[in-house]
Amino acid sequence: MQTTWAYISNYFVYSAMGVFALSFFAHAFETAWAVRAPEQSEATSGSVLTKTLDYTRTERAARIATAMMILGFLLLLAGVIARGISAKHVPWGNMYEFSITGALAFTGAYLVALRKHDLRWLGLFVSISVLLTLGTAVTLLYRNSSPLVPALKSTWLVIHVVAAIISGGVFLLANVIAASYLYLESMESKGERKPWAKRLPDLETLDQLSYRLVAFVFPLWTFAVIAGAIWAESAWGRYWGWDPKETWAFITWVAYAAYLHARVTIGWRGKRAAWLCLFAGSTFLFNYVYVNVWGTGKHTYSGL
Amino acid sequence: MSTEPVLPELDATGLARFMWRQLTSMRTALILLMMLGVAAVPGSLIPQRSQNPMAVRQYFIDSPELARWIERFSGFAVYSSPWFSAIYILLFISLIGCVLPRTLEHFKAMRALPPLTPRNLSRMESFQEFKGNGQELIDAQAWFKKARFRVRIEENNISAEKGYLRETGNLLFHLSLILILIGVSVGSLFGMRGEAIINKGERFISVPTSYDTLSFGKLVNEDSLQPFIIEVIDFVAKYDALSNAPQDYTATVRVTNPGEKTSTVKTLKVNRPLTFGNTRVYLQANGYSPIVTVRDSKGQVALQGPVPFLPQDGNLRSIGSIKVPDADPQIGFVASFLPTFARSAQQGGISVFPEALDPKLLFSIWQGDLGLDSGAPQSVYRIDTSKMKRVGLSSLKPGETFSYPQGSITFETFVPWVNLQIVDDPGKSYALYGAIAAILGLLASLFGRRRRIWVRITSSGVVEVAGLAKNGAPGLEAEIQSFVKYLRREL
Repeated sequence: MQTTWAYISNYFVYSAMGVFALSFFAHAFETAWAVRAPEQSEATSGSVLTKTLDYTRTERAARIATAMMILGFLLLLAGVIARGISAKHVPWGNMYEFSITGALAFTGAYLVALRKHDLRWLGLFVSISVLLTLGTAVTLLYRNSSPLVPALKSTWLVIHVVAAIISGGVFLLANVIAASYLYLESMESKGERKPWAKRLPDLETLDQLSYRLVAFVFPLWTFAVIAGAIWAESAWGRYWGWDPKETWAFITWVAYAAYLHARVTIGWRGKRAAWLCLFAGSTFLFNYVYVNVWGTGKHTYSGL
Repeated sequence: MSTEPVLPELDATGLARFMWRQLTSMRTALILLMMLGVAAVPGSLIPQRSQNPMAVRQYFIDSPELARWIERFSGFAVYSSPWFSAIYILLFISLIGCVLPRTLEHFKAMRALPPLTPRNLSRMESFQEFKGNGQELIDAQAWFKKARFRVRIEENNISAEKGYLRETGNLLFHLSLILILIGVSVGSLFGMRGEAIINKGERFISVPTSYDTLSFGKLVNEDSLQPFIIEVIDFVAKYDALSNAPQDYTATVRVTNPGEKTSTVKTLKVNRPLTFGNTRVYLQANGYSPIVTVRDSKGQVALQGPVPFLPQDGNLRSIGSIKVPDADPQIGFVASFLPTFARSAQQGGISVFPEALDPKLLFSIWQGDLGLDSGAPQSVYRIDTSKMKRVGLSSLKPGETFSYPQGSITFETFVPWVNLQIVDDPGKSYALYGAIAAILGLLASLFGRRRRIWVRITSSGVVEVAGLAKNGAPGLEAEIQSFVKYLRREL
């Protein structure tokens, strides 16, 4: 029974990967063909060649891409839930399970943000990074579904890990937007935006959006760290012990606190703020990858 | 001609004032905050004495020169080092210097009326005007009251402000950080932490000599120890048959509180510590203690009892030493205990499951000077065999005896041991309250929106409405729309 559910989970995860791949191709198609080739009349009428941006032409591809993203999210959600049923606990016992849940949170953060903001252009990046994460998970990180070790048997596992994973998903989304800001900013500083990039939001919007995401999720990250401390007190006899994972969670917290102060109090905007945001996000990634896989300390649950 | 700029002379107070301003400036605070983040990095890459003293010792053996340099910069104790402390103490002074004046200012602002309505409202955000009926100011008052704005009512205008919670939250957040720091300091000054290995069936009495390790905060000593008694009645470890991973550890203990005659039986698990007032007892680790009887050549018992062995891997292959200092010459056994014995081509004897399904004790026998009289501290799990000579090698199952020319050893049986961690941290509740207040403050400061709305009736009977959102808070436009609708009785 246990293994049956684990197999079902794997099928869902593989199907989700297939659907995310379709979403990626649809996004790629949409990005590449949204720009119409110059028509004869336009080419001859003026000395400057103009390319028309015609989104209606690829609107259908864009809709398919988003639909595939939603379908992929649902399949992955089913995969994560089936994994939980197979192991009879929340599926956060090793690195494979963290990774599929992290990919789910990242897709979820994107889809939620998509409802309020025009972020469809980001889908190309979201789908490929989710594909890479899941690919790494199923090939390198896969471990058989197994029961939790005693230290993880606690209600705080749910509270602490949910808060940390959601924060991570949103932090990474803010990072991607900050990176797009820097890319588009350097493109604009050399002249006009390239045709395909013309329909992306203006720099001001991107700048605001990455800030809003961080400001929104920073309290949740603070809560994740505090929930971890409360749990550590009941599991290990101290609420803070500068374990590598704790240290890097603290560094991430400090980096985002610095980012928020730099923006709100000193008034940093644009490039400098985007770099600081990227730096803060990379401390989170470092914590996830390095400390889990190569690190020492008490948070060694990767199963590798 | 000299072109050097002439700086104004600063006297001592002037200099102090200058330094204080520099320290409490936002820029300095931000730099200190980033420095704190960077300063935390080395401690996660270099082994720390407080977490992993064995790794630090190994570091000194592997690269002594580098280790000495790291030691010079307190690299093995980063988080209690002078430079790390300097950064966070400066940061907190800067924070206090920034937050206290703002708190006073905020108190004043909360009691004061909102500022006067600007003369020219058309320059402000979301400006609107319409022909009124003379009732607008009364209606506006009602609306502001319902929306809980603070108002300043003048003859022909109202100035209303809302969203002080934002600054309140901001100050609360920063003040709570100070409370957390106080909690941490109280814990490290008045706290206590100790560890003890207890074999199943043994009693632990909480007096200084019973502990394997024991440390006190700077302002307390052994007198503060709570003299409770814990007897380990039973210990059960369950393992997953497929992955060998532990599933559950349960210790059943009999607890006698200080000053009480009666005792209670309690269950101790990982994640479920016992609590005695401020003191908590945690189940931290477990292993096996082989029970052996060592006899000398005349058959006299030289040593008898359980000897705790130290687990080396997930299958609890454990190493240990049995030291018999009373024998003449001294005898020592360098041993390993394998709960489920198997033979591997590369490593020799190994354990393939953490439960004791087929236990075996492997040992070599050494004769000579155990080095116990030199006074140098040595591990209870290891023997320095440099001044000894090996006289035998064997392995035993429970109940078996091995005889050698100088005597014999009997592997009677084995018991599990548990490692209890006993902690008293009187500061932790402050840290917790601080943390809760910090989150509440953070939420208020990030989601609170401070804004002003003004309404004025001009001499010609035109109603003017406008607003101002501080820190670019969103949603003012929509709020003013609904306000105007209300005034125009469109709702």
